[in-house]
Amino acid sequence: MGSALDVHRLHFAFTITFHYLFPQLTMGLALLIVLLKSIAIRTNDEHFSRAAHFWAKIFGINFALGVVTGIPMEFQFGTNWAEFSKTAGGVIGQTLAMEGLFSFLLESTFLGLFLYGEKKLGRVGHWWAAFFVFLGSWMSGYFIVATDAWMQHPIGYQLGAHHEIELTSFWGLLLNHWALWQYAHTMLGAIQTGCFVMAAVGAFYVLSHRDPFYGRTFLRTGVLVGVIAALLQLEPSGDMQGKLITQYQPTTLAAMEGLFESQDGAPLAILGQPDVPKRTLDNPLIVPNMLSFLTYKHWNAHVQGLNDFPEDQWPDKIELLYFSYHVMVGLGTIFIAIMVLSAFLLWRKKLFEARWMLWIIMLSVPLPYIANTAGWLTAELGRQPWLIYGLMRTAHGFSPRVNAGNAWFTLIGFMGLYTVLAILWLFLIYREIEIGPELEARPGAGALEPSVAE
Amino acid sequence: METLWFCLVAVMLALYVLLDGFDLGAGAVHFLVAKTEEERRQVIASIGPVWDGNEVWLLAAAGTLYFAFPALYASSFSGFYLPLMMVLWLLILRGTSIEFRNHIKSPIWIPFWDFFFSVSSLLLAIFFGAALANVVRGVPLDQSGYFFEPLWTNFRLSEQTGILDWYTILVGVQALLVLMMHGSLWLQWKTEGALNQRAARMASWCWWRVLVLTALVTAVTFSIQPQVSVNFKTWPLGYILPLLAVAGLAGVQFELRRKNERNAFLSSCAYLLGLLTSAVFGVYPMVLPARNPIYALTIHNAKAADYGLKVGLAWWLIGMILAAIYFTHVYSSFAGKVSSDSTSHG
Repeated sequence: MGSALDVHRLHFAFTITFHYLFPQLTMGLALLIVLLKSIAIRTNDEHFSRAAHFWAKIFGINFALGVVTGIPMEFQFGTNWAEFSKTAGGVIGQTLAMEGLFSFLLESTFLGLFLYGEKKLGRVGHWWAAFFVFLGSWMSGYFIVATDAWMQHPIGYQLGAHHEIELTSFWGLLLNHWALWQYAHTMLGAIQTGCFVMAAVGAFYVLSHRDPFYGRTFLRTGVLVGVIAALLQLEPSGDMQGKLITQYQPTTLAAMEGLFESQDGAPLAILGQPDVPKRTLDNPLIVPNMLSFLTYKHWNAHVQGLNDFPEDQWPDKIELLYFSYHVMVGLGTIFIAIMVLSAFLLWRKKLFEARWMLWIIMLSVPLPYIANTAGWLTAELGRQPWLIYGLMRTAHGFSPRVNAGNAWFTLIGFMGLYTVLAILWLFLIYREIEIGPELEARPGAGALEPSVAE
Repeated sequence: METLWFCLVAVMLALYVLLDGFDLGAGAVHFLVAKTEEERRQVIASIGPVWDGNEVWLLAAAGTLYFAFPALYASSFSGFYLPLMMVLWLLILRGTSIEFRNHIKSPIWIPFWDFFFSVSSLLLAIFFGAALANVVRGVPLDQSGYFFEPLWTNFRLSEQTGILDWYTILVGVQALLVLMMHGSLWLQWKTEGALNQRAARMASWCWWRVLVLTALVTAVTFSIQPQVSVNFKTWPLGYILPLLAVAGLAGVQFELRRKNERNAFLSSCAYLLGLLTSAVFGVYPMVLPARNPIYALTIHNAKAADYGLKVGLAWWLIGMILAAIYFTHVYSSFAGKVSSDSTSHG
């Protein structure tokens, strides 16, 4: 980890990984909150407003942390990745600037009204405030995914006189088909984080015999939306993502799957450790012909292995890429199992009594965070050694004048600061969950059990 | 086209300073004008619903700068690496302080965040002033179009400058006093009672110092950056900008005496606008002057390709119209004084 390149990579990886803990929840929760508020209007039941209000408080804390950890991301394009910015800024600056102008201004306007304006705005007005916060955060997600998608699959550009990349098609950049599928995949991931967190808090309340109405509402909402998201994540979103990688990034596919030998009827490795110097997969547990089927829908299709490509085209961290991908897919499969089983129990009206299932749901809460992180690691490590696929290598993108010493200095600074933020975050979120949605519940408003006061 | 984008980015940055400037200033004078826990709550309440939106202008301006002048973004952000990272840390600290302060009513929790809110606001004001001074003074760019400035070298205006030298420190102090005045005028406008009076006294305390420093910094700037005099000679119409600053500063004193709180704040906005546009006008067509003038980044060698600048104009206009609507809405729904009993934020 001595070279400046490595430190700059770690700098971005660390700050973006920490940052994305917050948006994945707020984007998912925003949808669920709008849903709860819609039910509140339809059913005219105060409970649902209160449930939405409780989640708005959790949302607020996460949103604030998402904002403060998000600012460094935009800055780092210039501070740490100056060569990249100089070369590609005319393209990716477009989407980043649009995010500021269209999403952040919308969000910041309606967030205050959403968090503190419930009484003043009335029921329908407040629904709109929630909706605009939802819209702003989802637009923000789109602009960022479109930026990354362009780096994965650059289109709508030409090379200028000084090797700088010039935009030639605005709509090509904005409606890149890679962006559309990557967005679906990203947002379904965010919805699952929202659903798991909501269901886990519900399970916690039901298991600890408190706030039972809310516990059940959270479980029901989290599981019903969660089961849809988990299934859609596999088909079509995950499948399409895989097809795009097969078509445009064959080296990445081979590295993700740990496939060194090109072959007809390639197997899918479920477990095993890649040994890159020896070009083998140790202790493989494989499903024969499965990879060929998944990628080409043909059991005997030919899949290219890493051996077919020169080593300087290989992703440079194959082991980490392989495991990130396997963790993501493994967890995605587990999510389907948990959510389908929970939905089945819910349908049979047995979920709230099935304590074993509630325990599983409650303890699963870190898993979607891990899966989303692993997913992004897969996307970003998979793109290596390219910063812009096929156009610019990562090794050529960092700031030439910012040496490793200065980069370490600020990386360590961020590590310290973010450790403090993480502790504060857990503390404040735990506190909100402990206070619970029933506090300040008006007498006779349907509180079934005495609420736990501060 | 590039001149147009130069102006648009300048307008966005000026808007950022006008808007976030008053909440930074309010933070800097937080402990000086608000003596009780209740008064400090009012300071926070006066900026609570708007500070986040104000800060978004920094991101929007930076994003616009990024796509319109990519080479400038790359060069300046990596060259100002250390101070920008510290600005980020301060912004994180400040944002967390404002948002988390009201979560727990405790005599330990609240003063803790108040302290970080005030210190980070104060340091940010100085950093932003020093940053602007670095740009006006010029940086040690070479033929690669890059530079890297350490935090300081020998505090002199030599070839190898640091972020901090006597000139940038001087402007940093000026920025702090200007924003303290600006923030105090905002607080005077938005609050009542003892807090309101202390804010008024603070504003006029700052005013005299701002006057002296503005005169001093202006004189020094003309001698440090020769482009400034060239530009004012070439386009005499440009004198309108410093005149706006002078009129604004005079207006602040005039309206303070008349006790017209709204106009005093607006005069301060005019002063800031005049000051910033004068500085930017003074370095045009450079976007980043160099210590060795032949390496300067200008709007011509730092701009993005024409197609991008053209399509950018379309969505930029739409975005700004939307932004104007949001802002009118937020500031009107938040019109009037912060009440002293209700909790409007948090």
